[in-house]
This record gives sequence, C-alpha cells and structure tokens, in this order.
Amino acid sequence: MKTFKMGGVHPEENKISNDAAIEVIPVPSQMVVLMNQHLGAPATPIVQKGDKVKVGQLIGEAQAFMCANVHSPVSGTVAKVEPCKDAFGLAKPAVYINVEGDEWMETIDRTPDIKRECTLEPKQIVDKLKEMGIVGLGGATFPAHIKYNVPEGKKAEYLIINAAECEPYLTSDYRVMMEHAEEVCIGVSILRKALGVPNAYIGIEMNKPQAIAKMQETAKQFEGIVIEPLKVKYPQGAEKQLINAVTGRKVPSGKLPIDVGCVVSNLGTSFAVYEAIQKNKPLIENILTVTGKKLPSQHNCLVRIGTTYNDIIKHTIGELPATTGKVISGGTMMGKAVVNLDAPTVKGNSSVLVMDENEARRNPETACIRCGKCMHACPMGLEPYMFSALVKNNRIEEAKEHNILDCIECGCCFFSCPANKPLTDEIRLGKNKVRAMMAAKK
Amino acid sequence: MTQQILIAVIVLGAIGAFFAVVLYFVAQKFKVVEDPLIDEVAEVLPGANCGGCGKAGCRAFAEACVAQHSLEGLRCAPGGDAVAAKIAELLGCAVEQGEPQVAVVRCHPANCGENRRSNYDGLRSCAFAATVYTGENGCPFGCLGCGDCVAACQFDAIHMDAETGTPVVDEDKCTACGACAKACPRRVIELRNKGNKGRRVFVRCINKEKGAVAMKTCKNACIGCGKCAKVCPFEAITVADNLAYIDFTKCKACRKCVTECPVHAITDVNFPAPAKKPEAPKPVEPAAPAEQAPAN
Amino acid sequence: MNLLNISGSPHVHSDESTKKIMWRVNMALIPTLLVAIAYFGISALLISLISVLSCMLFQWLIEKYILKVPSTVCDGSAIVTGLLLAFNVPATASMLWIVVIGALVAIGIGKMAFGGLGKNPFNPALVGRVFLLISFPVQMTTWPDISKVQFFGLDTVTGPTPLGMLKERGAEALDNLPEVWDMFLGQVGGSFGEVSALAILLGTAFLLWKKVITWHIPVAFIGTAAIFSCILWLVNPVHVEAVDGVNQLVGYIDPLTTILSGGIMLGACFMATDMVTSPMAKSGQLIFGVGCGLLTVIIRTWGAYPEGVSFAILLMNSVTPLINRWCKPQRFAC
Repeated sequence: MKTFKMGGVHPEENKISNDAAIEVIPVPSQMVVLMNQHLGAPATPIVQKGDKVKVGQLIGEAQAFMCANVHSPVSGTVAKVEPCKDAFGLAKPAVYINVEGDEWMETIDRTPDIKRECTLEPKQIVDKLKEMGIVGLGGATFPAHIKYNVPEGKKAEYLIINAAECEPYLTSDYRVMMEHAEEVCIGVSILRKALGVPNAYIGIEMNKPQAIAKMQETAKQFEGIVIEPLKVKYPQGAEKQLINAVTGRKVPSGKLPIDVGCVVSNLGTSFAVYEAIQKNKPLIENILTVTGKKLPSQHNCLVRIGTTYNDIIKHTIGELPATTGKVISGGTMMGKAVVNLDAPTVKGNSSVLVMDENEARRNPETACIRCGKCMHACPMGLEPYMFSALVKNNRIEEAKEHNILDCIECGCCFFSCPANKPLTDEIRLGKNKVRAMMAAKK
Repeated sequence: MTQQILIAVIVLGAIGAFFAVVLYFVAQKFKVVEDPLIDEVAEVLPGANCGGCGKAGCRAFAEACVAQHSLEGLRCAPGGDAVAAKIAELLGCAVEQGEPQVAVVRCHPANCGENRRSNYDGLRSCAFAATVYTGENGCPFGCLGCGDCVAACQFDAIHMDAETGTPVVDEDKCTACGACAKACPRRVIELRNKGNKGRRVFVRCINKEKGAVAMKTCKNACIGCGKCAKVCPFEAITVADNLAYIDFTKCKACRKCVTECPVHAITDVNFPAPAKKPEAPKPVEPAAPAEQAPAN
Repeated sequence: MNLLNISGSPHVHSDESTKKIMWRVNMALIPTLLVAIAYFGISALLISLISVLSCMLFQWLIEKYILKVPSTVCDGSAIVTGLLLAFNVPATASMLWIVVIGALVAIGIGKMAFGGLGKNPFNPALVGRVFLLISFPVQMTTWPDISKVQFFGLDTVTGPTPLGMLKERGAEALDNLPEVWDMFLGQVGGSFGEVSALAILLGTAFLLWKKVITWHIPVAFIGTAAIFSCILWLVNPVHVEAVDGVNQLVGYIDPLTTILSGGIMLGACFMATDMVTSPMAKSGQLIFGVGCGLLTVIIRTWGAYPEGVSFAILLMNSVTPLINRWCKPQRFAC
C-alpha cells in the first residue's frame, strides 16, 4: 500500500459524520460575500449599492495576476460595498447583498442530468476555469487557472487528485465521492484533458473503503482514471507527501509540484470543475462538514458561500453546546480557530468543527527532554526542536540555513511533543521573521 | 640538587624571555591604532548596549561621536543630558539638549473584564498572536497582551499588569531606548516627551476603524469625532482615519481635550488631584500625582 | 457559553507527556528492584527508597530556594534518577547514608546546575555514581556475598564479584566465576541493580513495547561490546599461565560473560538510552552505542577499573552534541 516514507503521525480519525448525506442549507436574508476568497489579491467589486444581481453573476473581478473571480451566490439587491470582519476579526473588503428570491443566471444549466462530453480545447478549459472563479478547495484556494496553465519549459506528467482527506473529522470529500462519483470522474477527465496527461490518479485513504469501491466502480467507465488506495497516515493529503506516495518523486526545496511534472488538485475542486465546465455554474457553493463529539447530530452541508457560521449552526444543530471550547474552520491539525461566528464562510471552507472545552485545551508547556519525537514525526525531515531554540534566541539567519522555510506547518511536531511545546507556532513565527529578513535585504 | 634547580630556572627563564620578545614584536606589528578619545567617550556611556541610539552598541556610538566630532544626530537616551554634557566636554563641542522622553502605551487596559471576548491559548508571543487573529479584546489595533514589550526591555521598566492584561511603564526606569516600541507588532507603544514635571496628555487609542465599529469593540475607543481638535487652543490635535493624535511638541497640557472627549479616550498623566470628580466609565485610576505612571 | 479558545493549529495533541514517559521508565525498573530485594534483602529496598526520596527532596529544595522556579518533582524524573543511582551501588549498610550524598550530587550537579530537566549534558545518575566511586572507593567496591545474605539483615558478609575477580587476575578466578545462567538470573555479587540480566531485559521489553526507547542504542552498545570482546577472546582466550612464577589469569574473557557481568545490561538499556543525554537521530544513536561498547571493553581490559560502563557512557554523553550536529535527519526536499 502506498504511502510517504518520512515522518507522519496518527491522530484519532473521528470520522463521525461519515454517514450524514449532504443536505442543503437554506439561504439567509442577507449575504456577505468577501472579495478575497483565494490566495492572492482581493477581487475588485464591480457592483455598487442598489445594483440587482442574480445567482452566479460576476460581482468581483480578478484584476491582478494572482486573483480569482467572485460570483454572487444569491439573487437580490446590493446593500453596500464595504469591509466586513472575517472569521478572525480582521476587516476584509466585501459586498453585502439583501436576498430577494432565488433567480439564477440564464446561462447556468440547472437540470439534474449528468453531461459527460466535454468539447472544449485545453486552453478553453483553463480560460473557463478562470471565468468561473474556480480555486483549489483543499484549503489553500489557489486559483485553478494559474495552476492548470503550465508554464513554458515545464511539462505535466501526472495529474493527482487529493481525496485523502487525512484531517480528522472532515468527511465532505467522502460524501462527494459517495453521492457524486460520476460527476467527480467527469471533472477529473476534464482536468486531465486540460493538462494533456495520460493518467489521473485519485489518492484515497484506506479508512474510506466504501468510497474507494464506489470510485473504482465508476472510474471503470472512464479512460485514464486510476484509483490509488493510500495508507492512513497524517499528513497523507499534504501535496508533497501525496506526490511522494503516488509517484515516488520528491518536490525539491523551494520548488513547486510542476517542477517534478505533477499537478495536484483536491477532490472537491474536480466536482466544482464539472459544474463549471459542463453546467456553466460558477463557484458559488461549498460542501462542508458540521461535526464535533458533543454535537446532537452530524451534518455534511451544501452552503452558498457567504453563509455565516452562525447561520450554518442554526440550521444544523440549533446552537453551540454550552461546553464548547473551540470552533474550527478546517480540521484539527491545520484548521484555524474561529473567533467571529458572524463571519461569512468562503470558498475552500471545509468544516465547522466544534470542539469541547476539554478537548480544545492546550496543556501547559514543560521543558524539552530532547526525545527527538518531533524530528521523527516531521514529514519534511526537519528538526523542530532546533527551530524552537533558534527562534527563541532570535538567530534568524541560522533558522533559514536549517531550511525552516521547508516546513509545511502540518502540526505533526506539536502533536507528538511530550512536553507540549508550541513548536508549530514557534516555527510559523520563525518563518515570518525569515521572510521579513529576506524582504528587508532586497 | 642545586644544580638541577639552577638549570631549571635558567631554562625556563630563557623560554620566558624569548616569548616576551616575540609577543612584544607581534603586539607592535598587529597594533590597532585607535583614537584614545573613543575609549574616553565609551567610558562615560552607560554601557547597556541597548541600541536605542540606533548604533550597534555603546562602543559603536562612541566611535560615531568621535568620527563626526560632535553630537549632531546622536543621542544616548539612557544616558540623558548628563552623559550628553560629559561627551560634549570631551569632544569640545556644543551639547544638544534633548527633551527627556518616555514610552507610552496607547491602549486602554483592554484585555480584561467585558473587553475580553476570547481566550488566547497559543504561543505567548505578540508577534505570533497578531498573525492568528485580532486578539482577546477583538480590536485589530489594540494591545495583544502577550508581553513581547516586556521581554524586549533591558531596563526592567515595563511590566504586564495581571489584572488588565496591558503593559505598564515604570517612568523612573524607562530610558526611552525604544526597544518596546519596536517589539510591539501593533505599534501601540510610542516614545513621547515626558513633559513639564512629567505631565503629559495623549490619546489612549490607535484604532482607525469607523467610530461605530470601534465603539463596539471598546467603550473608550477614539471615534474620530474631532471635538478635541476643535477645542484645542494650540492646534496640537489632528484627526485622520477616524483617529485623533496629539502632537507632543505642540501640546501645552491644558487638558481641555480630556474633558471634551465624549468617550474618555484621552488620558492625562501625573497631574495633581483636581476638584473634578472621576468619570464613571473611565476604567482606571483618577489623575492623581502618581509616583509611578500606573498605566500610560 | 464560555469564551471561545483561540490558538494556532494544531488543536489536538497525542496523549504523550513527559510524565508518562518517566513513569513508564519507573515501571520498567520494577522487575530489577524486585529481583534485587529477593537476592539482597531489605537493604536493597531501603537504599532504593532513601535514594529516591533524597533525589526528590533535593530537587524540590533546589527548585524552590535556589532556582526559584515552579516545582517539577511530580514529573517522575527525580524518581528515575534515584532508582538508577541506587541500582548502581552495593547493597551494604554504609550505602544508606552514602547514597544521600550521591543523590545530592546527581540532582544538584548532574541536573539542576545545568538548568533542570532537559538541559543536562551528562546522565545525572552516572554523575552521582562516579562521584561516589571516586570519593568512597572502598565502600563502593565492597559487595555483599550473595550466598550469605540475610533478608532482614543489614550487616553483610562481603564477597567478590565476577569483574572484581577477573581484574585481580588471580588464578582461582577462572574456577570461581559464576555460571552464565546464574549471571543471567542474577545470582552473583555486584551492585544490586545490575546483577539480573533477565529483569533488565523484561524492563527493556516493556519500554520497547511502549515506544519509550528504540532498539538502536541497546543493540549497538551490547552488540559492539560482544563483538569486540569476542575478537579479543578469539585472539587470546582467558587461561591460567605462570607469570613470574605465580599462576595468573591471562587473556580475554568470552563475550557472553562480558555482556552478562557488571553493569553493561543496566547501562545499555536504561542509562545510555536516557533521552536527554543521548543523540536524537537514529544514525547518531548507533554511533553512540558503538562508542559506549568499545570504551567499556577497553576500560575493562586495559584500564585501572574493573568496570567501565559508567565512564564509557559519560564520555559518550560529552560527545552527544557533536553527534547531533553530524547526524542530521534526512531531509525530504533537498
């Protein structure tokens, strides 16, 4: 069974929301759409107060290179174009829309039939990805049209679809595979065509046997789709580790996957690609998991982007349990703790994970006993204990020389440290300082 | 026996003498010629190597002084006027009298009581907490309370108040070297003139959000209404980006703005106890003559 | 509802903790303690208790009054040091007070002077033991005769140990050496923690199962000692020869006796594997183990002391930072 060779940990899987079929969350009365739902510069709003918009209409245009289009998820009137506080309390540019009805753009195909054939040329596919605002839904939200536009001098040999879902608790990708396997395969084929590679590999962790079986069954109907069962180990879904597991190749330090001939996309992205290319539907919906050990029920939801966390909680579990400690957007290993529950969700949100206060509490830090567990757990072969000491003593140059920028912030070091040292935090701080130092030198 | 001792003494003495000569010539050859004035100036300096002057340590400051043979543009904050006078005497130049300054924390005691809206459980470093979210009080401009400023101070002049979660500057120990101001990722701490008799007035807020938004976060946030600027007889206050700022070079400490401010965002420090009653919403101590500045 | 907690990721943690690791080591030492009590009587228990309590007391005192930091006595590391120090001394009456001095040196100099847990370069129990060996050479090399031990008696009749006999090179030593099986079980003279290889192996198996230690250091240490002594033994196996008219032992002892006698088993499995003072990378650990094994046999064979494990481990501890620098983990992306 394939897996990456170096490091890795085994957090509790807690896939307790596996069996919750995807449900649709109703649209609230006001929607706030953030202009920055992707890596890079915010989109520029092209609507003003008073404009009428329809579902799927372009409201934020990508005017920088690293940017993506943003479309309205609702129909109604634009209330205002001003900053909104995101999930972490920081003000970000946004468009507020008062919802009226549910009128969609006429170009969008809302019929339930599954369209298989894609008649577009690779270049047309990439252009359409840009038009439809498709970004990576694995969490990094990298604009897809940039990823699939292979630069001159580089060649794509592998298309790898990340269906590992290695983070504990998350099950949205699993449900998409169980309920929309055919659409996913069509999306994968479209991406394969866009890149011009012979095979696409869908990596799925072994803790999802039903999904593997379903996908293997469905993939038989398609050319060039190979299902790769992978060993359950965190961070199997990390880009570099996934490439290493499926192809055996290692992405060199400071380089991108395309430099070893690989392009990696999330499973959710391939579903969005199907809807975008075959149904002309821009990225306006997101599938996320509402889960937590103390919740009365588990849910996988289809939400329009811009639905607030509080709305999602209201329509799924009613209210947060009284003993809630943390609400996390994402999984337990790399997710971000949310402080503002009135914030809108964005593209790429994978969950509303509610952790009980006992589960969420960090134990106090004690002295490092030089056990080396952090080093053995690190999938990038780095030395977290060393980075912690260097950052504490402000030896930033040395931290750079020890390759602190190679760190993928997976959290394996903190997870395995017996002394509860906040290693991942310290390394993040160190990386920021190294980047600041490098920027100052220029 | 005596012969053995004699031989030992002569041999060792000869070796010693030989090496003495070698060392003498080596010392001469590799001698670093330095202006002896640099040593004299360095002697006078506090020797804390705090970097407040902008140079890499006290020795570098001494070298800079001697190189340009004046104190222009160079000021040792911990040394103050006394050291400046001594250096001027050594160099035979005019002494620049600077205004004594002190570090001022421009944030209301913010990480406590109803202002505390979340519980930060991560790495206790302001530089890191700033990248995670707004902070326990929810203000994107305010103090994060993790103590990077306290760690940066080499003079033991700033401490975290356990009750309020914001730092407090000890006026007597503060040398205005600026290390805390540099360490703060939100630029909450500013170096301001100590003022006549240590009395100063400043806006205890740097929140640039619109008034209504800022008020939701903190009752004493500056809302940028401009009343203080209108009432100031010396035109010392400017309002920009929904925030008032008092220029300490123009401020004459008349305190008209303190009473005018509707949200009590402006603070006066070290003034004698007045007849006026302490305002209720003000979360901290009245303007009594304090030995130490309780919260700047 | 309570305030929400915010922190950077990750938001979960494995259930590993320093306390758990230390307590697992303590549990692994229990078989050895039980065997020691069985063979050496109540004195072994008393010495162990006094050693542990002294270590805990000194650590608490130093943390409270000298270092002025919160007390960390409950994490179990002082108990580990106490037990290991006790296991390294003979089970005689004079040890009851000598081991207190050893505890003071082990905790005070071996650990707290460097800043506490995690900051010491040398194994604290060995620092204490070596200090005692050099300061009280007679008491530290006077072992009870195992065949004459009374369970509740503190005054014992003294007898020789296998290594002691071999060092003196008396001709009778060869005939009086205990059987290999006895050495394995522990029916020999010696410091009461190091006699029973079986008990130590049981403890080590527990530690390996719970993933507290890995096989690299014990296997490298014992393996190297065995191989090196085997080479010497093959060249010149031990036998009686007349030297200057007196019958003496000449040559080198066989590998099985080497590894079962003295403190190699205890040293390799519990002292050399101490995480704080041993290298972190697996390759570094192998080098560390090989170095310890070589030095032990060299000191035993050509050195002045009959036992070389303590010195070997301390010497390799001093080289650990260098090993850590040379033996970096393999990076993923080069």
